[in-house]
Amino acid sequence: MINTFVGNLGHLMTIVAFVSALVTAYAYIQYFRANEIEKASWRRFSRISFYIHTGSTVLIAFSLFEIIYNHRYEYFYAYSHSSKALPVHYMISSFWEGQEGAFILWAFWNVILGVILIHTNKFWEAPVMVVFALVQAFLISMIMGVVIGDLKIGSSPFMLLRDATQAPIFQLNPDFVPEDGTGLNPLLQNIWMVIHPPTLFLGYASTLIPFAFLIGGLVTKRYSEWIRPALPWAIFSAMILGMGIIMGAYWAYVTLNFGGYWNWDPVENAVYVPWLILVASIHTMITFKKSATALKTSIVLVIMSFILVLYATFLVRSGVLGDASVHSFTDLGLSGQLLIYMLFFLAIAVVLAARAWKHIPTSEKEADVYSREFWIFLGAITLGLMAFQVILPTSIPAWNALVESFGGISNMAPPADQVEFYTRFQLWFAVAIALLTSVGQFFWWQKIDKKVLKEALVTPYIVSVLISAAIIVLAKVYDWKYIIIVLAGTFTIVANAVILAKILKKSTFKLAGGSLAHIGLGMILIGIMFSSGYSDVISINMSGLTYSNSWEDEMNKEHVLLWINKPTQMKDYTVIYRGRQKKVVGVPEYVPAKILESTGNVNEAIALEDYKEHFKKGDIVKIVLEENDYFKIDYLQNETLKFSLSPMSQFNEGMGGLISSPDSKIYLNKDLYTYVAAMNDYEDPEWKEDENYEVSPGEQFHIADFVTYFDGAEVLKEIEGYQLQEGDVAVKAKLRVLDYDTEKLLEPTFIIRNNQVGKLPVIDTELGLKVSLENILPEQNKFVFKVNQYQKDYVVMKAIVKPYINVLWIGTIIMLIGFTVAIFRRFDEFQKMRDKGLE
Amino acid sequence: MKKGHIIGLGIIAIAIVIIMTSIGDASSYESFNTAWEMKEDGEDKSIHVVGQLKKDETGQVTGLEVREDKTSFTFLLVDNEGTEQKVFYNEPVPADFQRSEQVVVIGSYREKEIFVADKILMKCPSKYQETDVQAAGM
Repeated sequence: MINTFVGNLGHLMTIVAFVSALVTAYAYIQYFRANEIEKASWRRFSRISFYIHTGSTVLIAFSLFEIIYNHRYEYFYAYSHSSKALPVHYMISSFWEGQEGAFILWAFWNVILGVILIHTNKFWEAPVMVVFALVQAFLISMIMGVVIGDLKIGSSPFMLLRDATQAPIFQLNPDFVPEDGTGLNPLLQNIWMVIHPPTLFLGYASTLIPFAFLIGGLVTKRYSEWIRPALPWAIFSAMILGMGIIMGAYWAYVTLNFGGYWNWDPVENAVYVPWLILVASIHTMITFKKSATALKTSIVLVIMSFILVLYATFLVRSGVLGDASVHSFTDLGLSGQLLIYMLFFLAIAVVLAARAWKHIPTSEKEADVYSREFWIFLGAITLGLMAFQVILPTSIPAWNALVESFGGISNMAPPADQVEFYTRFQLWFAVAIALLTSVGQFFWWQKIDKKVLKEALVTPYIVSVLISAAIIVLAKVYDWKYIIIVLAGTFTIVANAVILAKILKKSTFKLAGGSLAHIGLGMILIGIMFSSGYSDVISINMSGLTYSNSWEDEMNKEHVLLWINKPTQMKDYTVIYRGRQKKVVGVPEYVPAKILESTGNVNEAIALEDYKEHFKKGDIVKIVLEENDYFKIDYLQNETLKFSLSPMSQFNEGMGGLISSPDSKIYLNKDLYTYVAAMNDYEDPEWKEDENYEVSPGEQFHIADFVTYFDGAEVLKEIEGYQLQEGDVAVKAKLRVLDYDTEKLLEPTFIIRNNQVGKLPVIDTELGLKVSLENILPEQNKFVFKVNQYQKDYVVMKAIVKPYINVLWIGTIIMLIGFTVAIFRRFDEFQKMRDKGLE
Repeated sequence: MKKGHIIGLGIIAIAIVIIMTSIGDASSYESFNTAWEMKEDGEDKSIHVVGQLKKDETGQVTGLEVREDKTSFTFLLVDNEGTEQKVFYNEPVPADFQRSEQVVVIGSYREKEIFVADKILMKCPSKYQETDVQAAGM
């Protein structure tokens, strides 16, 4: 039966949320304008209105999750993003796999933040909440799904499947409910994808806060006071957004197959750019608090960071990127709406800022070279240029769309080699930033002139040169570019560590945020240099065989073909592919797939053999995501097994074929990263023509290339799955097939019943063999076997060594800790001022 | 000149460099014909060509040749002008390759017979557009 209640509830709540957002905005404007007598009642009304909005937004989220959680496949959203086999934590991923869910998530974070702001601010509540409510109105409109004539506003996630598709089945039976959904994209079936989107969207949502304070400041003509409440939130936003980016990068590293953590894909760039601007704005805001300069720059940067988040959303979700990105987001027809959303707030911000511009205090005095303002300002500029260099080419598809909408033709395409293109600039900008942080930090903590600066810097300089020299020699860094990076990175770490030590000695940990974050930056820089610059593809084909003797052979073959059981040399390792495995509930390691046979039920199999102490032959076992195959790759050195990796692959018809995830061996100083690029499809093999062999027991012969021993035959009293009758004769032949170091027992069976012959062939998918016992010739003491070949199982894989990647991950963690410390410090400052009644 | 001016000029200079390199390094969408003309003019820049895999009457992809070591392959791509071209790709066949509705190859001509793709982007039938709901399990 179709359950329309939840959908209707969700839809109703969407409308309530939209209306209440508009009411809240209106009410807060009135509250803001009202005189002292009316203020209290307007405030109460505004708050109630916002709480209604909050409640309805939470209910929207609840309704959608209810639909997914209870497998209500009569709804399009559940049908296309979920399936029965999904565990609960992946249902959470299903929730935001679609764009509508992502907007709901965004709106959800906004209301949470709104409630916190109402309770932490006195003075700023009205103007800030007006901005909040307006943003919410725009966000909720994205999921309204209202059609007026040709105008479509939003795309509702509460649409029924029968309304969303024109499948003929619904004409026969409008109440048809599909048995199962099409499932969640397997690439998203990863724990990082459960937590990465909420983090990222919290980052997105929180960029609204500094922006809202700024707008509040401009409207109330408190041109500089907005900075204090905005600053802790700006740092919070940068921290969360940064964490979201890192989680995304880590997810890409462990699940995607491009062999790294960052690919300069438009979708990645779209978050990186606002983050850079956000970080720049934090720095200028801090400078302003210290010395009353850079206020205008801060205003511009805060506006830009918020607008860039909207621009990023527009780029990624409007479909304008088209084939420029590997992330395929389909156009839900929201591009116009997203554009209006962005332009609306851009216009408001620009108009308000322009009106206030000449009233905004600026400091007349030129920043001195020996002042911290100068250095921080340079840093902010560098961050701005970094952002500019990335956003410009990323916008090429949007530019094409713009030109075409005016009837022109533009055939510009993004740079062919994105990684090379962006790295060329970003690398040097990053080096500049690293150096600026170390010098800037010295200026920050003390008034310095030329002489003092020299003295202060000389020790860290010498120490870092020594450390760099050690790194360069020990890790064999001989490329001049990389040597500069090592120097810059080490200098940043050492200089900031010196500052950190001083701070800790003199005052509290609370002030250590900046130097910690910068130490993290230095480590990130070095980590990226090693893991990317010295990333080494070791899966170069070493067989020495050339296949076509043409120019093709000159190209680097970065993949190796591994036939099952066949040892293949690969740089320092010998690798052997050992077959497919499955993950079984309750078994810590992977289980060979060949001892499991599907029962036909979802994620369930019957064991064909005992497996250690975990299960017995004939047991029914639960499989974790049965589509997932884990390919066992043994790594050997000096003929001893060092370790095994099990990269995953999933053949998913609904999602368009093969989806693979790498597996890495993690050492302290490097990762060995392995993934499967292609595999054998033995679902529906094309058997080659019959080959017949006549063999006597005890004889040795060759099946295909395999040495095979015919050990003899036995008469069976019973056969599994068959009812033997009186007078039946069943004979099982025992063949031992040798393949490198493995031995396989193939036992085809032959049954005679009332002069009729029945044959039970055996199929070995790993060897690609089908063997049946065709006939028995008692006079000659010979057995006739029919053999069909397909091909041996294989994988094509790639293996990359990524040195010192842990330095990168540790660096990011330290940086995030630095941010967190800074948040507490700045929030504390704000609270003290607020409680004094100053703000 | 004040320091502010120097910094301002520096920013403008770097911004111009960024814009120039962005334009200079930007690739372009071409057809096989214009791509070959570019090659003949001595331009070796990587370009984008959008097209579809060649299919026979029954709708099966034809012309896909996988090398013996399975780490590279060639295929036939028909661009939007209808020009057919053999393309070499030095990677294993992507799994959903044959299902793709549209293929973008990024690379350049090596010789008239062969276009070498450095990268392939595929547009696959999106599940959003999936209109045939399986009747199984009714």
